[in-house]
Amino acid sequence: MQLDHLPLNQIAVIRSIDWESLPDQEGHRLRSLGFEPGVTIEALHKGIFMWRDPLAVRVGRMTVALRTNVAAAIDCELSV
Amino acid sequence: MTQMPPLVALVGNPNAGKSALFNALTGARQKIANYPGVTVERKSGRASFADGRAVEMIDLPGAYSLDPDSLDEAVTRDVVLGNLSGHRRPDALVIVLDAGNLDNHLRFALELIALGLPTVVALNMIDLAERDGLRLDAQALARALGVPVIETVAVRRRGLEPLMSALDGALKNPVAPIEPVATSFGAQNQRARDIARSAIISETAGRQWTRRLDAILLHPVGGVVILLALLFLMFQAVYGWSEAPIGWIESGFALLSDGIKNAMPDGYLRSFLTDGVIAGVGSVVVFLPQILILFLFILLLEASGYMTRAAFVMDRMMAAVGLSGHSFIPLLSSFACAIPGIMATRTIMDQKERLATILIAPLMTCSARLPVYTVIIGAFIPASSVGLGIGLQGLVLFGLYIAGILGAMLAAAVIQRFVTQSRTSSFLIEMPRYQWPRPGDIAINLWQRAWVFLRRAGTIIFAATVILWALLSFPKAPEGSNVSQVEYSVAGRIADGLEPIVRPIGFNHDIALALIPAMAAREVAVSALATVYAIDAADEDAAATSLGPKLAADWSLATALAFLAWFVFAPQCISTIAVTRRETNGWKWPIFMVSYLFALAYAAAGITYWTARSFGL
Repeated sequence: MQLDHLPLNQIAVIRSIDWESLPDQEGHRLRSLGFEPGVTIEALHKGIFMWRDPLAVRVGRMTVALRTNVAAAIDCELSV
Repeated sequence: MTQMPPLVALVGNPNAGKSALFNALTGARQKIANYPGVTVERKSGRASFADGRAVEMIDLPGAYSLDPDSLDEAVTRDVVLGNLSGHRRPDALVIVLDAGNLDNHLRFALELIALGLPTVVALNMIDLAERDGLRLDAQALARALGVPVIETVAVRRRGLEPLMSALDGALKNPVAPIEPVATSFGAQNQRARDIARSAIISETAGRQWTRRLDAILLHPVGGVVILLALLFLMFQAVYGWSEAPIGWIESGFALLSDGIKNAMPDGYLRSFLTDGVIAGVGSVVVFLPQILILFLFILLLEASGYMTRAAFVMDRMMAAVGLSGHSFIPLLSSFACAIPGIMATRTIMDQKERLATILIAPLMTCSARLPVYTVIIGAFIPASSVGLGIGLQGLVLFGLYIAGILGAMLAAAVIQRFVTQSRTSSFLIEMPRYQWPRPGDIAINLWQRAWVFLRRAGTIIFAATVILWALLSFPKAPEGSNVSQVEYSVAGRIADGLEPIVRPIGFNHDIALALIPAMAAREVAVSALATVYAIDAADEDAAATSLGPKLAADWSLATALAFLAWFVFAPQCISTIAVTRRETNGWKWPIFMVSYLFALAYAAAGITYWTARSFGL
């Protein structure tokens, strides 16, 4: 399931990240913020009004804000 | 012994509490300058070991890795690698880690330790980590990293002495790094996570506070309401809280002026001191309380961790004009002053977005415009209430800020569409945990801002007002002439040339005159008007009454409104143009910026004037 479709407040694990679909700079920043396959992730909040964009997600122990177009490149799996 | 004290660099991720640790170690004895050749701010200060030997400390810009994606990060890399020419390489590093964020911060720490400089790790904000249910084993971490690890709570000054003695030890007995340089980013990340896991003794569900607060402050509707309410409160406070201190400063300057008038015979020198120096500098210093209140709010928002939430809330709206939440922080800083705002754009990764943000930053109503707004609003808008404790004057001020914001949004959309031709913007940012701002850190920052402002009032503004006084005082109008001194002076003649250009937008001769020195700094427009009217006054009593009533008697409401509209968009101060040139590496963009802003200001003032006239004002 893509990160932008992940239900809120449910723990998931990053399965893969489609680096190719991301601009270089965003891919680089995403990596340095700790986005990696195998890392625990959780969608926490969605943006204002009807846009629901950007997303606030927990990655490791850090909260990160990112836009849904970037989140779409991150494939996750809900932990049971 | 004339040996230089060792240079120690504090380095770490953004939001690791680096600056708080730096403040705690060096106290208020800090120097702010720029790194050689770049415009990144360099903060340095002195600390000392237990036996009194001095250490020179620098606070490097926060970074996520030695592979930079911003100018700030590039400076950090160049300094720690010793590649910044004109800057000596640090003799040791203090790596500041957020104890609550080890798994994300350790990767950069590993990269730094592998450099082989004497290194000490400060496991900072350990109290917040414990509050969030995390217990860490500093000794295990030290064994895994091969360098000393000291638990610190910078804001409570905890762990500072052990940190300094560990640093002393590391400088005396450098040890070779045990950490092999990992080859790939992924391998580094994996290694970092393994070490983090081994250092965690126990963890329970964490971050409850931050999460609960975020549920309110990032609420899809409530979050927007709260942000707008905060901004509104901020602007009401700037007006309301500053009244009393402004009164004190005014009476102080009046006392000084009277003292000089009683002590000295009438003449050029007395006129120079009272009408030139005291009237000019005084009318600017009087706005220090408002500027400090504005900075206080911005510093509190930053230190508490709310600023990135504001960026989150604003991101989608900024995206509508081709910007992102990243631009929100520099633009908000620009409400205090465009110069730190433009410098803060360095954190924007996307270069087109950065340029667009620089170009619209001067449209945010900086504190230098407040003096102009305050005088005109005070003179022309009645101090009545519109209900709910909201004053009409404050409301008009709020409206002027909104006008600037709307102008900026429009300009951004046009610039991103046609000038930078940017297709997309991006928003990707760490949101730190909430924390109580430490009064000491806020005070140090506020003091640094106040000092910068006073130095400006003391130099640029002083020089501008003195030159203006001279232009206004010479040549002397002949005795018994029916031409007033202002009209007869050099400045009056320059303004004569300018007047036909600004006449169509409702400006009179005095305004044309005030616009000349306002190029030096916007707030000088006020002192210029004060000087013009003080010198033109028939007697001492007329000069003693404050500027507002004189303007109210002399200008039509339409002119006053046009003047306000002009200043919403208007001419830059020279410092803003200079910093834009420096940040964009050339004259192309500053010239573009000045031209489009002048055009906007002229149009806005004209439209305002003729609309007001058609309503019979």
